[in-house]
Amino acid sequence: MLSVSTSRADPLAIAQELILRPSGLDGRLEGIFGEVLTHSVDFADLYFQLSRRESWSLEDGIVKDAGASIEQGVGVRALAGEKTGFAYSDEIILPALTEASRAARAIAVQGSERGVSAWRTRTGHQLYLPADPLTTLSAQDKVAWLERVDREARKIDPRIVHVSASLMAVHEVVLIANSEGDLGADVRPLVRMNVSVLVEQNGRREQGSCGAGGRYSLAELVSGEKPLELAREAVRQALINLEAVPAPAGSMTVVVGPGWPGVLLHEAIGHGLEGDFNRKGTSAFANRIGERVAAPGCTVVDDGTLARRRGSLNIDDEGTPTECTMLIEDGILRGYMQDRLNARLMGQRPTGNGRRESFAHVTMPRMTNTYMRPGPYDPEEIIRSVKRGIYAVNFDGGEVDITSGKFVFSASEAYLIENGKLGAPLKGATLIGNGPDVLTRVTLVGNDLKFDEGIATCGKEGQSVPVGVGQPTLKIEGLTVGGTAESGAGA
Amino acid sequence: MSGHSVDTAGLEQAVASALECARRFGASQAEADASLAQGLDLSVRKDEIEKLEHHRKKRLSVTVYFDQRKGAASTADLSAQGVHTTVEQACTLARFTAEDSYAGLVEAEALARDIPDLDLDYPWTLEARDAVDLARRIERAGFAMDARIRNSEGASVSSFRQSVVLGNSHGFLAGYSETSHSLGCALIAEQGGQMHRGQWFTVARDAADLEAPESVGATAARRAAAHLGARKLSTRRAAVLFCPQSAQGLFGHFIQAIQGGSQYRKASFLLQAAGEQVFPAFVRMSERPHLKKGIASAPFDAEGAATFDRELVDHGVLGGYVLGSYSARRLGLPTTANAGGLHNLLVTSTGAEPLHTQEALLRRMGSGLWVTDLMGQGVNGVTGDYSRGARGFWVEGGAIAYPVHEITIAGNLRHMYREIAALGEDVDARGSIQCGSVLVGEMTLAGQ
Repeated sequence: MLSVSTSRADPLAIAQELILRPSGLDGRLEGIFGEVLTHSVDFADLYFQLSRRESWSLEDGIVKDAGASIEQGVGVRALAGEKTGFAYSDEIILPALTEASRAARAIAVQGSERGVSAWRTRTGHQLYLPADPLTTLSAQDKVAWLERVDREARKIDPRIVHVSASLMAVHEVVLIANSEGDLGADVRPLVRMNVSVLVEQNGRREQGSCGAGGRYSLAELVSGEKPLELAREAVRQALINLEAVPAPAGSMTVVVGPGWPGVLLHEAIGHGLEGDFNRKGTSAFANRIGERVAAPGCTVVDDGTLARRRGSLNIDDEGTPTECTMLIEDGILRGYMQDRLNARLMGQRPTGNGRRESFAHVTMPRMTNTYMRPGPYDPEEIIRSVKRGIYAVNFDGGEVDITSGKFVFSASEAYLIENGKLGAPLKGATLIGNGPDVLTRVTLVGNDLKFDEGIATCGKEGQSVPVGVGQPTLKIEGLTVGGTAESGAGA
Repeated sequence: MSGHSVDTAGLEQAVASALECARRFGASQAEADASLAQGLDLSVRKDEIEKLEHHRKKRLSVTVYFDQRKGAASTADLSAQGVHTTVEQACTLARFTAEDSYAGLVEAEALARDIPDLDLDYPWTLEARDAVDLARRIERAGFAMDARIRNSEGASVSSFRQSVVLGNSHGFLAGYSETSHSLGCALIAEQGGQMHRGQWFTVARDAADLEAPESVGATAARRAAAHLGARKLSTRRAAVLFCPQSAQGLFGHFIQAIQGGSQYRKASFLLQAAGEQVFPAFVRMSERPHLKKGIASAPFDAEGAATFDRELVDHGVLGGYVLGSYSARRLGLPTTANAGGLHNLLVTSTGAEPLHTQEALLRRMGSGLWVTDLMGQGVNGVTGDYSRGARGFWVEGGAIAYPVHEITIAGNLRHMYREIAALGEDVDARGSIQCGSVLVGEMTLAGQ
């Protein structure tokens, strides 16, 4: 277990010591805001970031790559009406910050002088320890674990021809100050391990991959021999793919498994419920609050408050504590995910979904952990209820066009269901549907809510942020499956 | 804004001191690159400024080798102290990595000696208010194009200048500056309860070569409105015509499959396919890294190897792979100077099969699917299995019958490449792969 000395446990104290003190900015933030607020901006904020990242990777049985990077800087944002002015500096020093502030305020006209006189400290949740995850495992141990993963995978089956594995850890400290006098900080550990194997049999090659991670230490990531479990799972998937037959093509009943298949919710529902798209009316879900968008029994939330999960945050990147936001309640659309700008313009409340990739990127409404709450049905009963269809349990990821509502996601592990029984594994099963109506076709919700393993990254407008998804087993009628096999259509 | 001078001397200084520092730490080889990017990104939505972003970012990356153990580190701190700390960190990591007999710098003889001026640096002294005017012109032209354009995701103007300096312990030290300017727009057409998004952009090294702002807006508007009234299709087999932007993706999967990393890892559906007939005999793909003002032109690759012209595919036969020095050594081949990617791959046609107009391709297809947009992953690089979401138009009798959406197209890339029937003259030169439309044989379309 980790030990954290009490004096270091407060994120704000850590952020002030690591970011403000070395740069001589302690006690000088008021002056910066004075600079921005000489123009008639509604709101301004400063986002200080210090990130250390380390990654290790193995292939051919040896750890051949190791890399470290340090990223630090400060972003200055000024808001006036619907306008955002933004500039940043990768040097945390007063002159650079002043220059960035002048650039950011340029969207607004010169106005009266205001300032920030006193700071209100905003405390967030304590969902993870404010610790440095990198140092919890020695370099030798990092190497040794990757080598163990390689040996574990190779010993399972002689058909394995290539194994690669990687280990990644980030220690991120952020400090956020705004023109309303709010001051917040967060120390965000993030770790991840990925394993990928390639198998070959009679000239046919297939891949399997698996990973896990979250906001905790590397020592915890390797506890309970989790890495070996990942190795075995990657091999299992690859060997199944060796037996896979082409997926059918056409509209059919799809049973989507629990956990990572929640990427369905992320694409079909989640993006369309982000505040910016709804304020602008560009989402297929715009102006539909209170309407039925899912079958009764479907309740979907975005929850940034789950302990230690990859998508969780103590405070979002605007300093707002994260929440469990109700998106769809028993099938009825209830709310959107908001950052400050979009919340203000829509007359709503920020929901702790203001996120950014780094100090050099502007904040947008983004998901945290998006999942559907469980229903009453036993997953085996759900599969038994299907005469002919497919059961999809693993995915490569997906994409959505929020305006038309069309989404697509690709199964990396799926099976045919015939007369209530699982049949052959399928390859190339891409699913396509329409966000605002896919959940109205859900006929059974399982009692087996699971979350993903903690490796998902979401991309929006060129910015990547870590997220999580989850769901119970779902039965969906009439989803289009994009395989190649002739037999599937209309069956 | 992007006209500010870029301090290449500072970058050279950082690279040289990183290499010197690595030598003092006892590294047998070292490589360092430094970059400084700065620019402006502006968007206007419904005639009002939405976002004005000023960018200025620098980076130093160092890779050290102790015999054949490797370590890497990067930072934004280019001060003497920052350089020292970063090199030290790379050296520390190299104590723990394993000996890899293929590791090391690119071979000295492959390094660029003369650095050709490729005409890549055209700073644009664009003031924010001029950028606002340009963006407004783009968006207004879009709204004026079609009354069914009811909403906008905004019009954008961006201008960036980047300087890069690369050095290594073979004594290589070179750098250059390049600019990239672009105009873009995304509009939304609404009718009969449907909303469709259409977007377009233009990008160039020299702002004078950009498409007119009005044309960018009008194209985005046309592309949105054309999809109104989209229907689903029933599941069927049909010929598919890929628009140039979709075809770039199709060839992107090909490049991925012939990359050195995919080859030596055996993670490719075109494993050891050099010398094989991958495409029909009329297909040629040429890499031209030295095109003046080329979007993907570069005098040397990410390791300093001199880039050069070559035919990657000739008469449909795969001529070689896309290699950096590491994967080249793994495969027992010389590097192709593709560390960091391709430099202008031109897909053209030779011999009996000329390039066709879009109309001619539609006529030739007769009936089938004209794909304008693709969605999702759905491509297995190991097996070539391909299944992606699509929208576009159903074509009958060589003419557009109606727009279609919420369908998937599926096949296997090896088969699809062999079944290419014709290439278009409507080349999209905005990316590292420059190609026109591509007509392929039958694929499986899944719909309702």
